[in-house]
Amino acid sequence: MISAAELRAFLHRLPGVDEVGAGERAARLATRSIKTSAKAEAIDLAISMVDLTTLEGADTPGKVRALCAKAARPDPLDAGVPRVAAVCVYPDRVDVAVEALKGTGIGVASVATAFPSGRAPLEAKLVDTRAAVEAGASEIDMVIDRGAFLSGDLLKVYEEIVAVKDACGDAHLKVILETGELVTLDNVRRASWLAMRAGADFIKTSTGKVSPAATLPVTLVMLEAVRDFRAETGRQVGVKPAGGIRTTKDAIKYLVLVNETAGPDWLTPEWFRLGASSLLNDLLMQRRKLTTGVYSGPDYFSQD
Amino acid sequence: MSDRLAVRKTYKLFIGGAFPRSESGRSYVVTDAKGRFVANASHASRKDARDAVTAARKAFGGWSGRTAYNRGQILYRVAEVLEGRAAQFVDELRQTGVTKPQAVAQVDAAIDRWVWYAGWADKLAAVAGSANPVSGPFFNFSTPEPTGVVAVVAPDSPLLGLVSVVAPAIVSGNTAVVVASEPAPLPAVTLAEVLATSDLPGGVVNILTGRRAELAPWLASHMDVNALDLAGVGADAVAALEEAAAGNLKRVVRPGDIDWADEPGTARMTAFLETKTVWHPVGV
Repeated sequence: MISAAELRAFLHRLPGVDEVGAGERAARLATRSIKTSAKAEAIDLAISMVDLTTLEGADTPGKVRALCAKAARPDPLDAGVPRVAAVCVYPDRVDVAVEALKGTGIGVASVATAFPSGRAPLEAKLVDTRAAVEAGASEIDMVIDRGAFLSGDLLKVYEEIVAVKDACGDAHLKVILETGELVTLDNVRRASWLAMRAGADFIKTSTGKVSPAATLPVTLVMLEAVRDFRAETGRQVGVKPAGGIRTTKDAIKYLVLVNETAGPDWLTPEWFRLGASSLLNDLLMQRRKLTTGVYSGPDYFSQD
Repeated sequence: MSDRLAVRKTYKLFIGGAFPRSESGRSYVVTDAKGRFVANASHASRKDARDAVTAARKAFGGWSGRTAYNRGQILYRVAEVLEGRAAQFVDELRQTGVTKPQAVAQVDAAIDRWVWYAGWADKLAAVAGSANPVSGPFFNFSTPEPTGVVAVVAPDSPLLGLVSVVAPAIVSGNTAVVVASEPAPLPAVTLAEVLATSDLPGGVVNILTGRRAELAPWLASHMDVNALDLAGVGADAVAALEEAAAGNLKRVVRPGDIDWADEPGTARMTAFLETKTVWHPVGV
């Protein structure tokens, strides 16, 4: 086990992030023009990376089942559209999603640990996590304790992740940094390394409940972190930007960023995910434009 | 002799209440009746048309949800602001080769036309709707509802023709994507400036300048466009556009031999309406 002093020393030895440089680099990469056959490929890849998400207080079993049906067959008129990577729900809706997705190969991700604030005793967070795993979730999206992180109690954040990882068993653990609350890119880099060292299988930008959610510069810093982490330790960690990604254009910008920062090894649903709900419809609309040659409209795709 | 530099206007597109340049970065030269350079107008691409449809769709809920009375007030406000800009419209029309009295008459007619249509906003339901006698204990009535997003290819009459196709499309609550006259697009851009400063919500009217032959097919085939006014389309292009419009059963108004100075009648308004009929039980 690592001591508080060691952890602090390690994280504060990480080189600082040039905020202006990161923004500039992300903006430069976002100008890449992806057209025709490359665009078609990018759209299919992006669809297969989507974690189709519904995280509302008003989620009914019926809504979750509808979402699962959409995950398995995103476009009812076109069987050639790939399935999404996973469906992301609250822990008490995991059983419904598992039942609806049986045999499809689509993962069920569940948020846990008092999502989205993370303000609950550790014991409650662990119960939350175990309940989701027992109900059949194959992926757990946990939130870090931002209050502890910002007040400098790094070891508490670290130990919580270790404890939740332990409670996950075989389920993959995604650690949500909630970068919109971490203030600086230096903190994003530190939180990324902290989460990876504590055993995260994925690092995820945001809950989607806080603005700003995922941004390109933040994702750039996280992709650099997973790249450097693999170079140092040999273990590959995935990245999931979530929240605020609504258009195909946005999604393709993220794919370019992955390819140019972490490299093509990350360009699979196993190592890169897009947390989104409305993005899928825009991807489907653009895909249909490419296959039919005419612009499509939102009337032709299900809303939930 | 003043050595002040000329401050020339950049004629841009009007999409979602903003004035962007064409996404393609293109422009084309607009000349006056004698072939002299007047200005560069934006040469819109199919992606500008797509963005305009998206903006129009976004504005539809709010615009159609307003009371008819409020829509009438806003359209009347547009006429007020038009009146204030009359001199500018006269100048722009004169560049197209008409005399000053003719230009003044056209601008006056266009403003009057706009006021006339504004007045229809809260009367259309009474004229186009009905209470239907049915054999049963029901109160049965039909009300007109806007059809959605209307794509308009404006005629070459640069102001009066334009006003005569835009106003009837939006008065009932539709939103519009308008392709301005190709040879004389400048009054359309000035009209956009009027619309932008007169309480009309952004996206209700979107104005594109450029090549009709390039833009019209994309609008005609667009699955999120509900109706098509082909007023400014040449006879040879109509069949193909109607065929494309059949993809999602758009309502289509064909071009005709129209003198825009004539009484317009209600046909252009009623062409873009859907009828909703409600059965309400009575005597229970």
